[in-house]
Amino acid sequence: MSEPALLPLVASLVDAPLPVSGIAWLDAMRRDNREVFVAGGLPLARVEAWKYTALRGLARRPFVDGDAAALTRAVDPSALALPGVDGARLVFVNGAFRADLSALDALPAGLTLQPLSQALHADPDPLRFVLSRRHYEADEAFTQINAAHARDGAVLRVADGVRIDAPLHLVFLGAPAEGDLAWHLRNVIELGEGAALTLVEHHLASGEQAHLSTVVGDIELREGAHLHHTVLQQAASGTSLIRRTGLRLHARAHATLHLAELGGALVRHDLRAELIGDGAQLETRGVFMPHGRQHVDTQLAIRHQALNTASNSTWRGVASDRARGVFRGAIVVAPGADGSDASLSNKNLLLSGSAEIDTKPELEIYADEVKAAHGATVGQLDERSLFYLRSRGIPLAEARALLTAAFCRTVLDDLPNAVLREHLSSLLIAQLPG
Amino acid sequence: MLKIENLHARVEGKEILKGLSLTVNAGEVHAIMGPNGAGKSTLGNVLSGRDGYEVTAGTVIYNGVDLLALAPEERAAAGVFLAFQYPVEIPGVNNTYFLRAALNAQRKSRGEKELDSMQFLKLVREKLKVMQISDELLHRAVNEGFSGGEKKRNEIFQMAVLEPQLAILDETDSGLDIDALKHVADGVNALRSPDRAFLMITHYQRLLDYVVPDVVHVLAGGRIVETGDKSLALKLEAHGYAGLAERQPARASA
Repeated sequence: MSEPALLPLVASLVDAPLPVSGIAWLDAMRRDNREVFVAGGLPLARVEAWKYTALRGLARRPFVDGDAAALTRAVDPSALALPGVDGARLVFVNGAFRADLSALDALPAGLTLQPLSQALHADPDPLRFVLSRRHYEADEAFTQINAAHARDGAVLRVADGVRIDAPLHLVFLGAPAEGDLAWHLRNVIELGEGAALTLVEHHLASGEQAHLSTVVGDIELREGAHLHHTVLQQAASGTSLIRRTGLRLHARAHATLHLAELGGALVRHDLRAELIGDGAQLETRGVFMPHGRQHVDTQLAIRHQALNTASNSTWRGVASDRARGVFRGAIVVAPGADGSDASLSNKNLLLSGSAEIDTKPELEIYADEVKAAHGATVGQLDERSLFYLRSRGIPLAEARALLTAAFCRTVLDDLPNAVLREHLSSLLIAQLPG
Repeated sequence: MLKIENLHARVEGKEILKGLSLTVNAGEVHAIMGPNGAGKSTLGNVLSGRDGYEVTAGTVIYNGVDLLALAPEERAAAGVFLAFQYPVEIPGVNNTYFLRAALNAQRKSRGEKELDSMQFLKLVREKLKVMQISDELLHRAVNEGFSGGEKKRNEIFQMAVLEPQLAILDETDSGLDIDALKHVADGVNALRSPDRAFLMITHYQRLLDYVVPDVVHVLAGGRIVETGDKSLALKLEAHGYAGLAERQPARASA
C-alpha cells in the first residue's frame, strides 16, 4: 500500500532542509520539532483550537522555503516609518534581517537589540533555555514548524532598572518575490527587573503577494518591569500570517498591549499570557477588522497564577463583505491566585449579511476572592444612534461609518502615544467600507 | 410652512394618529399638549422620519414638498429639527466633531460651502454664549455621561448651531428642574424669529410660562380636539385633560 500523498504545504515544509547552526542543542531542537510536526501534521478542524479556522486552502498550496534574494529586495525605507515611533529599529524583509534598513546605531546603555542570527553567533547560551522547548500539542503545529525552520528574529533585552523612552520598532515586511514564499521568525524579548519599554511591532507589505509566515515570540517581564506593546498588522491581502506570542509576567510586572489586525488573507494569532508573579497586571486591547474574504482569528488565553493579579481585556471585531472573524477569550484563574481580578469584553459588529464573527468567551476560576467579568456580543449598529445622527442631517452611510469608527476606536483610548494613536485611528477609519 | 392633513399613523400595528390636521406658519410657536398616550411623541417621530412609524393616510406638506417622502437626513437638510425627548448617548463620537459633520452635511446637501474648522469654531463660540453653555460640553462624547438637563440643553445648542426652519421640541421640558427649564426656554426664545416656526410638544403647561406660544392645540385620541390661544393651556392646567372627552365627544372617541 502506498502512503497517501502529503498535502502540498506539508510536503514543501518537509522537503525544505532544516537550517544548520552548528550549535548542537539548537540543531537537535530543530530536528525534534520537525519530527513532531511530521508525525502530527496540520491541525485540521478536529482540533478544537482550530475549529473555526480551516487550513484546507492553505494546505493545498506549496511554498518555497525562505527568500534567497531577501537581502536585495528593493524597499523604500520611508514606507517603514510610523508616526510617533522614533526609537531604534530592527527590520526583516521576507524573513531576513536587513541591516541597511534597520536603525541600530547608538543604542542606549542597557538595551540589547539584534537579530537572532547574530545573537546566536555571538553567544548562544543565554538563548538556550527559551529556544530549547519542544512543542508537542496538536494545536501547536505552526509553533513546531517555526521552531524547526526559523532562521532569524528579534532579540531584545532591557537590563534591570533601565527605562527606554523612545519607542522601539520591530518591522516585519513581506515583499513580492518570484513565487509564494514561506519564512519563519522567532522573537525573544526580556525586560529585566524594573525595566520599562515601549515597543511597536509592525507587520506590513511592500506589494501584493501570497506568502506564508509564522512568527513566534516570547516576552518575559521580570519583577516590576513595564511594557507598552503595540502591534499593527497590515500584511498584504493575500498573505497567511500565523503568530504565537507568549507573555510571562513576574511579580508586579505590568504589560499593556494594543493590537490592530487589519491585513492578511488568513491571519491567526495565539496570545497567551501567564501572570506568574503576585500583583502582575495585564491590559489587552485589540481590534480586528476583516473585509473582503479575509479570515482573522485571535486566540487570547490569560492565566492568573499568582495572588492579586489583574487582567483587563477589551476587544472589538468588525467584519464586512464575506469576511470572517474569530475570537476566543479564555481566562483561567488558577488555584492559589486568590484576590485576582479578570475582566474581558468582546463586542462585534457585522456590516454585511455575509460576514461572520464567532466569539467564544471562556472563564474558569479555581481560586477565592476573585472578581471576574466576561462578555461577548455580535450585532449591528444601534438603530437609535443611527437615527439620531441622521435626524441631524448626517447621511446614512456617513452615520454608519461614524458609529463604526467610534466602536473600533475605543480600544485605542488608553494608548499613551498620542501621535501613534491618531495614526492608528485614521488607519481603522480607512479600513471601513466606504 | 407646515400643513398636516388627516394624518393617520401606526406603530407596531396599532393606530396612534387618527386624522390629525394642523397648520403652522413661519414665525409662529405652536404648543401641542395632551395626555399620555395621545400620540404626541408619535407626531414628532413621524415628522422627523423615524423607522417603525407607518403612515396609513394623510399628507404632510412642508414648504411645498411632501415631507413624508424624504429620508431623515433630507428632512434635516430641508430645515426640520427634532429635539429628542430622550437624546441618545453615543460613546466615542466627539460632540464637536458630530455637530460639524451634521452642519456640513446639511450645507453640502443644500449646495452651500462647508465650514472649515476655524469657521465652525467661531460659530460654535457665538452660539455657546447665547445658550450659556460651558465649552467643556463640546469636548465630551455626544451626550455621554450628561445629566438630564445637560442633554436637553445640548439639544437646544444643536438647534442653535443648525438653525432649522421648523423646530419640533418633544417634551423638552420633561425631567428638568426650574433652573434648567429656564435655560432651555431662554435658548428657545433666543432662536425665535419671523422665519422660524416651533412645534412644542409638552405634557405640562410649565414650559409655556417661559416660551409663550401663539397657538395651543390639544391632542387627544390621535387628533387635535381643541385649538386656542395661550389661555387654553392655563385652562388645561386648571381642569386637567379629564374633561376633554366631554367637550369633544364625537371627535375624541376612538
